[in-house]
Order: sequence, then structure tokens, then C-alpha cells
Amino acid sequence: MTAIGCRDVTRRYANGIDALGPVDLKIREGEFVSLLGPSGCGKSTLLRIIAGLDTSSTGSVMVDARAKSSRGIGFVFQEPTLMPWASVRDNVRLPLRLTGDASDASLARIDELLTRVGLAEFADAYPRELSGGMKMRASLARALVTDPDVLLLDEPFAALDEITRFRLNDDLLALWRDLRKTVVFVTHSVFESVFLSQRVIVMTARPGRIFAERRIDAPEPREESFRTSASYAGFCREVSALLAQASAETRGRVA
Amino acid sequence: MRRALRVLLPVIVFAIIMGVWEATVRLRGIPPYILPAPSLIVQTLVKDWGLLVASLLATLRATLEGFLAAVIGGIGLALLFNRARWVEDAFLPYAVILQVTPVIAIAPLLLVYLPQHLAVVACAWIVAFFPVLSNTLLGLKSVDRNLVGLFALYDASPAQKLWRLRLPSALPYIMGGLRIAGGLSLIGAVVAEIAAGSAGSGSGLAFRIAEAGYRLDIPRMFAALALLSAAGIVIYAGLSAVSRLVLRRWHESAVEGD
Repeated sequence: MTAIGCRDVTRRYANGIDALGPVDLKIREGEFVSLLGPSGCGKSTLLRIIAGLDTSSTGSVMVDARAKSSRGIGFVFQEPTLMPWASVRDNVRLPLRLTGDASDASLARIDELLTRVGLAEFADAYPRELSGGMKMRASLARALVTDPDVLLLDEPFAALDEITRFRLNDDLLALWRDLRKTVVFVTHSVFESVFLSQRVIVMTARPGRIFAERRIDAPEPREESFRTSASYAGFCREVSALLAQASAETRGRVA
Repeated sequence: MRRALRVLLPVIVFAIIMGVWEATVRLRGIPPYILPAPSLIVQTLVKDWGLLVASLLATLRATLEGFLAAVIGGIGLALLFNRARWVEDAFLPYAVILQVTPVIAIAPLLLVYLPQHLAVVACAWIVAFFPVLSNTLLGLKSVDRNLVGLFALYDASPAQKLWRLRLPSALPYIMGGLRIAGGLSLIGAVVAEIAAGSAGSGSGLAFRIAEAGYRLDIPRMFAALALLSAAGIVIYAGLSAVSRLVLRRWHESAVEGD
């Protein structure tokens, strides 16, 4: 089953700059896909269009989960994007409030998720009292609280230090393994994309197009040990080469 | 320690100034109708307490009413302006005109058209509502764009966006506006009372100052002035305390102990 389908999607900004496309993309249900590319290649724009936060200039986007309900998509922004005036629990609860859901099962999921992301003790803390990594965890819990079919992440860990990022990568993978959501993960880190995804899509910039894609046929579940394995290094080398070619093509086109 | 100093230092400065003032008046034998000594001002305050406090209450009542009208009007107008760009474009210039025209020049006109108490309240409102309006507008525009996106993602209703996102985001700005507006509404009320004092009966503290001035009762002028200052300080301190209380859990400006 196709969970997300993009056909000939383009995005032109009001100032006439072509930011994106045309892009054709199909993502299967339950798949973990990374969009990889240099900064400003339109990968975030594509993600926002998939989420419905931005509109495409031409082309069509089909997201099954979104068509079904406004709760079908969870989105994690580049910044934690928490409400500073609300406690962690209230922040995680926000999507339920906005969609008018006060059912016991949903409320129970708040604490369940807070425990899963390791914030159970901080449920009553305010965002300013949390570290960067903890804020991102709260943001992740919030995106999952409606039990969406699709989880979209826009460079969520880019601002974190490497140790924290590795830990969050592990946790995200564990979550995906248990919950089996369709995940689209935007990143500019080759290592992150290879470690996490089943498929890495490499993009060129201005306008953002799909340059190549690479399946990461590594065994699952992937553990910490995968990071130091030879196959991981091999995938990273290949994807890095693709990214370098994509950048060269971008430069060629611009020059 | 720092906290204690912050309270103690202004008090010490105040004591020194009062001491020098008292000593100068006594040593040089300056008559009270030129410059009364602080001790005489305090005596006058005690002697005229009943009269002055009644006047103070009248002024405070007008100030409070003007302030409340400014809060409701300022926040309400800001919400209205924020709903549609053209409303803001159409009406903001008039709010600015009202703000930049000296209120002392408007007061006599208001006294012609309105009953005196209402005119005083209107003056307080005119000077106080603009900071509330402009701060609230700024706050409403300073909403985190990603949070706006998040609310859109879950199809939040306009009411939810207002109560759960825009107003809480604007709260620190609104509180800043209120702190300014509190002092300004006192100024507006006093200005109108001075203008009214020359036009007829009045019972506010500013009227007492004008009246004492005509009689060359300088000590009473100072006593009334001291009460007005004290009222202004109390208003500012009160609003600051409210602001700290409201924002203390989450906003950097009010977080204690850092």
C-alpha cells in the first residue's frame, strides 16, 4: 500500500524562485525513508507540502492518513516548537485538545509516551527547564500522541550534540520498530540517514529534485553495533558519493 | 544580598536627599512659602490627611476606570486589528494621532463635551490605551510560526488559535503594556483634573494641588504631590508583581533565581 504519493510536485515561491521539483515520490506504508540533501535543496519544503503546511504550485500530493483525519500526521519541526507557557504534559496533550479528544485511552497514551521518551519525571516541568535533547523528546511524544499513521520529521536532531543525536536516533528506531509508522525523515547527515532508513533519497538543490535513491538493505533491528560495522561504512560511502554527485550537478547547473 | 541592596540603596539615597533638604531649609531659614522642609510636608500630610485621602481616592478611582478601559480597549482593538490587515491599516493611524496629540490640549475639549468625571476617565484612557494596543499587537504578531503550523496541522479552530496560542504568546508583551499604562492612566487623570480644576468644582488630588497653588499653600502642594508619587509607585509595583506572578513559571523576564 502506498502511504504517500507525490506526482510532478513543484513549488515556486512568490519571488519567482523555483524551490522544488518536479518531484515524483512513492512511500510505502510502514516504510522509513530519509530525504537527504544539502541545505536549501527544498527537502523541508517537500516535507511541509506532504504535511499540508505548504502548498505545491503544480502537481498532486496524496497522503492517505491526512485524507482520513487531521490526526493522521505527526510532525516534528527543526526546533522543539513547544509552548513555553505550558508544562511538558500539556504540550504533549495539545494535539488531543485541538482535535477534541478527551478519551481515557488517549489521555493514558500521554503518560505512556512520556515514559517511552524518558520524560516521565519531567511531565510537570516547563520547556525552559529542559535540555535541548529533552525538548526534542517532548516534541516527538507530541507528534505521536494522536497515534498517527505517518510521522514526518524535519531535521529534528540537527541542533543537538552528537552523543544526544545518537541516543535519539536509537530511540526513534525503537519507536518505529514498535509502532510501525510510515516515517519520512529530512536530514543533511549521511550517517543519520543510513543508520535510520530503509531507503535514502538524495536530492539536488535549486530546484530540489530527486537525484538518486539507495536502499539500505541492512538487517533489522539495527542496534548500536550497526554504527561500527563494515556494511554501515559501505552504505555511508555509497550515499556520500551520491550526495557529492548531486552537489556537483547542482553547482554545474548554477554555474 | 544583592536583593537587599537593591531595596536598601534607593532608601539610603532618599534619606540623604531628605536630610540635605531639611538641613538646608533650617540652616538658611528658607520660609515655608518658598520651600517647606520635609518635616513640615509630613506635618501637613498628617494635618490634612482626611481631605487629601478623599481626593486621592477620587483620583485613583478615575485612574482605575481609565486603566481598565485602556486594558479592555487596547487588547480588544489589537485583537480586532489582528483579525484583518485592512482594519489595522484603516484605524491604527487614528490611534497614533490620539497618542501623539498632547492630552493636556485635548482635556479642555473633553470637559466641554463630557461630564467631569467621565472626561477625567476619558483622558486617562486616551494616554493609557496606546501602549496596551501597540504591545498587544506586537505580541500577537510574535507568535512562533512553527506553532502556527502545528495548530494548522490539527485543524485548530479560530477560537483555539486565539486562546491556546495567540493570547498566551502575547501575554509577556501585554503585561509590559499594562505596566506602562498603569502609570500613564494616573498621568492622564491628573492632567484632566488640573484642566477641570480651572473650569469648576473638582475633588481630585490634582485639583487640591491647583487650589493650594492659588492660596500659596506650598506645603500642601508638596504633600499632595508626595501622595501622587506614592500612588504612582504603588501602581507600578503592583502591576510588576502581577506580571511576575503570571509569567513566573515560563518567561525569562520573570523567572527567579537565575
